[in-house]
Amino acid sequence: MAAEVKKQLGDNIFLTTLDAAASWARANSLWPMPFATACCGIELMSTAASRHDLSRFGSEVMRFSPRQCDLMIVAGRVAMKMLPVLQRIWMQMPEPKWCISMGACACSGGVFDTYAVVQGIDRFMPVDIYIPGCPPRPEQLIKAIVELQEKIKSGGTINAREFALRDTAEGPTRFDEDELIRIRERNGLKLDLPKYDPVH
Amino acid sequence: MPLELLDAPGLQENQKEGLWTLNFGPQHPATHTTLRLVLQLDGEIVIDAEPDIGFLHSGFEKLGESLDFNQYVTIVDRMNYISPLANEIAWHHSVEALMGIELTPRCIYIRTIFAELMRIHDHLLCTGTCVLDLGGATAFMYAFNEREYIYEICERASGQRFHTSYTRVGGLLYDVTDDWIAMVRKFCKNFPKAYRDFAGLVMKNRIFIERTQGVGVLCKEDAIAGGATGPVARASGVTRDLRIDEPYLAYDDLDFDICCAKGGDCYSRFQVRMMEMEQSLKIIEQAIENLPSGPIYNEAYGKTGVPDKTEVYRSIEGLIHHFENIMPNRQMDVPVESFYAATESPNGELGYYIVSDGNFKAYRARTRPPSLLHFALFPRMIRNCMLSDVVAVLGSINIIAAELDR
Amino acid sequence: MTSESTTIVSDKQSLLQSVLPSIRQEWTAFQEQVRVVIPSKNVLEFLTACRDVAGFDQLIDLTCVDLLEMPGASNRFEVVYFLLSVDAGTRLIVKTYLNEPELTLPSATQVWFGADWLEREVYDMFGIIFSGHPNFKRLLLPDEFVSFPLRKDYPQQGRGERHNFPVITRSQS
Repeated sequence: MAAEVKKQLGDNIFLTTLDAAASWARANSLWPMPFATACCGIELMSTAASRHDLSRFGSEVMRFSPRQCDLMIVAGRVAMKMLPVLQRIWMQMPEPKWCISMGACACSGGVFDTYAVVQGIDRFMPVDIYIPGCPPRPEQLIKAIVELQEKIKSGGTINAREFALRDTAEGPTRFDEDELIRIRERNGLKLDLPKYDPVH
Repeated sequence: MPLELLDAPGLQENQKEGLWTLNFGPQHPATHTTLRLVLQLDGEIVIDAEPDIGFLHSGFEKLGESLDFNQYVTIVDRMNYISPLANEIAWHHSVEALMGIELTPRCIYIRTIFAELMRIHDHLLCTGTCVLDLGGATAFMYAFNEREYIYEICERASGQRFHTSYTRVGGLLYDVTDDWIAMVRKFCKNFPKAYRDFAGLVMKNRIFIERTQGVGVLCKEDAIAGGATGPVARASGVTRDLRIDEPYLAYDDLDFDICCAKGGDCYSRFQVRMMEMEQSLKIIEQAIENLPSGPIYNEAYGKTGVPDKTEVYRSIEGLIHHFENIMPNRQMDVPVESFYAATESPNGELGYYIVSDGNFKAYRARTRPPSLLHFALFPRMIRNCMLSDVVAVLGSINIIAAELDR
Repeated sequence: MTSESTTIVSDKQSLLQSVLPSIRQEWTAFQEQVRVVIPSKNVLEFLTACRDVAGFDQLIDLTCVDLLEMPGASNRFEVVYFLLSVDAGTRLIVKTYLNEPELTLPSATQVWFGADWLEREVYDMFGIIFSGHPNFKRLLLPDEFVSFPLRKDYPQQGRGERHNFPVITRSQS
């Protein structure tokens, strides 16, 4: 019956699910909110400029108001004074929203293992795609956006229920020294190694 | 809590009827990444502005105490991130001045060419984003397109588009090749047309002129007492350019002019930057024609420069030379002294004060940030201007948050 | 060192020594850069004389060095002022030493107002207090930060302040 209907109607009607249709629309019109803090911000601007044009992928406008965006690109290192601002802007964005952490500093602190730089925004905020590089080339950012589009198209839902399942913090877990000692003892390693002092 | 609105005690004392406070927050398109201004306004006129900075403070100076002179260049790159090589050249200029090292002519000329390319790079971004903030997106696209050619040149020399980490103590990372020279020549040939396109869109544009002339005036005395240097000071009438007054690299041999203006407003700063781009192109053309041949490391200082990999792996002298260069306590001798040296970076006088204790690592590496002093002058410039002028002035003084906050 | 720049500044040296004979000034030069060390109680007087008498009308930079780990140092903090005379192009570095517990200096904003933010930064990073400053509070770090990071006894990775923030998971936001 469905096959007959399809034959009669031809290519004028597509049968799909609401989730898939909504995800397709959302993936191809991701408006980025550039949270550009540092050098990666300049590569973000280069990606939006004429040579590596980001608007070919649907990111037509970079709206600076979080209420109008659905993709937050954290480009650059986040200092501890800036982190509450970042969190507040994330909370201001309406659903569905995704986050790309661009550059080594946003992913894990980068070169700056100092008192003032947050060692990876994923410790405090949910991140969907990570882009390594210092700074990543514009082509890498475009690849990340394309991957995010694939991710949305393959798993997106109309009422964003896939996000409700992510209820644990996604950052690095605290290193457990006793675990390391147990692993060493299990393998018969009796070395008197200095105790690892993780300055979190 | 850094997001409290009435966070500025200076403004609260002047609270009169009719004045309102606006938070020009750290996340705003025109705040060139992470600056915050708390403005006190009377209608649309700005009565007072208190800047709040530190949103990008990353502990650069603390890192300077744990990385050695050749490693710290990677960090220094990330300060004024729109002209990274200029920072590297300034850093190694200070280190070499402290250690008393002389460079070979080829190294000097290549560094000069890169310094001027970076000046064009920086001024293109500054003018492009200034015009973008005022609404002209086309000029921004033109400027960024030109910058892509400079990125290609940097990539050809060092492998990275920006954050090249190209200079080393006493020399450079790699020597340049003939196709690099051809690329620079091609850039010199194509840049004037793009410059004319860009300037033609903006300089005589009535909207741009009305938005920038007479706005954000900085008088000469304020510029001097406030510590302004570079295009910001030169636009107010201070005729000081470190390339002519305290020549370093190859500037003594090259022929160019200092660009100054008398107005001290946004339009003058813009004009100074545009003129400086023309002068930089002139310098690059002269330098690339007269590029001397020869080594990039000075043979007199045996321990500078990591040798070529074929020598390292195939001869014992090469291996020892590499070893002497890389191992922590075997590197060059550094006098136990403190020294300050500055260069004319595109933003102003970028100087490094290095205190050394004999190791190949700085005991204290202080960056003298031009953006910090320019941003401190901002409240003086913005008094009695309109709210929309805040954007124009902020764009014209070229504040780079990473240099500001370090 | 008898180059032209040193001769000019030693004119400044004789000038400043004749104008302020009561202040103990130690002039040295290293590779044509001239430095003078003065006691911390005479800083404001000396800087005012530098501006008015010797013609140094621009303060280029103001910084501090913590000499805790420097071998052979007898004082803890060294506050350094970099001066420039715009017309003549001469430079001078003025240094003064401070030891705990008296870490205060008079503010140089009366002499050059550009010292404003530079002094706030020195306070922020080292804890040196400048009295008479118009708006004295931290510049770069958040106001609730308690330590002074660029001191040598503060670790590079900090003491946990950088990760003292609430976590937002995806289901909450």
